[in-house]
Amino acid sequence: MYKKIMVPVDLAHLDALKRSLQVAADLARQYKAEVCYVSVTANTPGPVGRTPAEYEKKLASFADEQAQLHGQPISSRVFVSTDPTAELDRILVKAVGIVGADLVLMATHLPHRVDAIMPSHGDKIAKHINVSVFLVRP
Amino acid sequence: MAKNPNEESTTEKTESTEGVPAPQGAANLIDTDYVIGQDNLTASPLGINLDIHGKVFAISAIVTVFFVLITLALQNEVEPIFGAMRDWLTANLAWFFILAGNVFVVLCLGLIFSPLGKVRIGGSEASPDFTYVGWFSMLFAAGMGIGLMFYGVSEPMSHFDAALGGTSMENGIRTDWAPLGAAAGDVEGAARLGMAATIFHWGLHPWAIYAVVALALALFSFNKGLPLTIRSIFYPVLGERIWGWPGHIIDMLAVFATLFGLATSLGIGASQASAGLTYLFGIPSGNVTMVLLILGITSIATLSIVAGVDKGVKRLSQINMVLAFVLLLFVLIVGPTLVILTGFFENLWAYVVNLPAFSNPFFREDANFSQGWTAFYWAWWISWSPFVGMFIARVSRGRTVREFLIAVLLVPSFVSVLWMTAFGGTAIDQFVDTGFEGVREAALELKLFAMLGELPLTEITSFIGIVLVVVFFVTSSDSGSLVIDTITAGGKVDAPKPQRVFWAFIEGGIAIALLLGGGLVALQAMAVSTGLPFTVVLLVGCYAIVKGLMSEPRG
Repeated sequence: MYKKIMVPVDLAHLDALKRSLQVAADLARQYKAEVCYVSVTANTPGPVGRTPAEYEKKLASFADEQAQLHGQPISSRVFVSTDPTAELDRILVKAVGIVGADLVLMATHLPHRVDAIMPSHGDKIAKHINVSVFLVRP
Repeated sequence: MAKNPNEESTTEKTESTEGVPAPQGAANLIDTDYVIGQDNLTASPLGINLDIHGKVFAISAIVTVFFVLITLALQNEVEPIFGAMRDWLTANLAWFFILAGNVFVVLCLGLIFSPLGKVRIGGSEASPDFTYVGWFSMLFAAGMGIGLMFYGVSEPMSHFDAALGGTSMENGIRTDWAPLGAAAGDVEGAARLGMAATIFHWGLHPWAIYAVVALALALFSFNKGLPLTIRSIFYPVLGERIWGWPGHIIDMLAVFATLFGLATSLGIGASQASAGLTYLFGIPSGNVTMVLLILGITSIATLSIVAGVDKGVKRLSQINMVLAFVLLLFVLIVGPTLVILTGFFENLWAYVVNLPAFSNPFFREDANFSQGWTAFYWAWWISWSPFVGMFIARVSRGRTVREFLIAVLLVPSFVSVLWMTAFGGTAIDQFVDTGFEGVREAALELKLFAMLGELPLTEITSFIGIVLVVVFFVTSSDSGSLVIDTITAGGKVDAPKPQRVFWAFIEGGIAIALLLGGGLVALQAMAVSTGLPFTVVLLVGCYAIVKGLMSEPRG
């Protein structure tokens, strides 16, 4: 049913992603789908990588680890942004097309009132793409 | 020093469609165990995510509130203290500011021609994040857009006036404000001297000040892998100690200078825009108009930072560059075209000829001018430099040092010469040619409109002028909020959005509080006083740049 699942990850907040990674692995096994781990990182030094290249390397090895858990083909992709805080949603929306995913699976927080003025990334992405979006609540 | 991790990278290079490929190629990372953001606090009160450097954020916020309260409560007591502090600094340390300014210019010019100019910011194969137009618009709009609106007409006129009046002595001390030896009674000479003095204050020196901070930050962040915050410049001197209190204090000082510099400018800018609106539409000038203006500017700035650097700040900067260019072209064509065009070269020449005398730090006969104007300006530019420099650094990845310095130092200086010649030159020409006294007599914030009033289509051009003032403030306010947010987040540029919105509101809030309660002048004096410690920061920056560049691969 699904051939390629795109999973946006932030290596700086892996603890918040446990559930969604698990679900991604289960679905990948179920449908024999490829999982593409996608990150958006700043061009400036950050906690995970001091250059985007370093981040890219870490994401690739993270994806390899995940592959050993679920045994499905993986790929990884880093998008570099001058202002990740503001551009994350836009880049992820574009990434879906670039990667060629037919399902987006991502972690999201519980809905709360602030969402009215600051919608979650999941909300925004679902609004702008045609493929299915699976939001995993904590 | 660490080896370059890129070389052993086995991952496939991915091409980003954002036009922002990963920075590649050789660069010389500094080896440190510090993890960016390790001292940060993360929390989500009321569902709002926060990611801040606890100490820098908290102390900056507390000190800021404290100073605002004390200025409001004890206005009459505080203003003379801050004012005296500023006067003492500019009078007694004028030589230090002027000398330091020269060091920055010489270093920047030297780097353009040295082999170190080949080093690329972000690694030897990094490619630029922004196009030339987008990049230049942003650095110019952040750097001095607003000042050109305010001083473009008024400063040449002031110097011209003072120079024409000649020198006057009292008890062996010069009491006039004329630059150098003045040009008593010589209209042509006074005009040249006035323009040269203005260009001196808006030309190579201020841009060299920005360039030093920007280059040092860009180098230590993009090439050396340290966080994008002012303390990183000190790594060659302090080493790992920059992660502790010395670093915290440097960063807090930067936040403080940026916040108060911006807030006072916001207040002063609101008074110019409101004076313009009164002049043009008869809107009653007063606190209500100014508060509404600040609220408007802050709201647009907030929208702009929420939209981000690319969709917000860059777009606004480009709109402004187009508007400013249209206004410049209009003055050029409708005004005394020939006078401006020949004036451009004559003023440039007058600047070059007078530069050694203007930049001489010692034994100045024109103490009022060199202390009251030059040293004050240098202190003011320097206190703005952490903010402008950091913003320029952030958008400059992928440029070579040479390209960077040409774009940050030479091009803006030429634009300043042209702008000052067109606006100031036209005003002086109006006075010399037709004896028009309007500009001379107008209040400081109205001089621009008085000059435009003598040209056709006044309503349209004055309106563009007001729009430019407002949008230049928006671009200063939004880039300033981004910078403060990054510093208080320990150098992380991906901190949650509410934080940048918070700082934009704080700026607007301080500006309104001080506008209503009084004390803008006092805080400006305070902000200028931060110029002294930052001059030291910049001098360290010079050392860091040279040391840092020497260890980078060139090519």
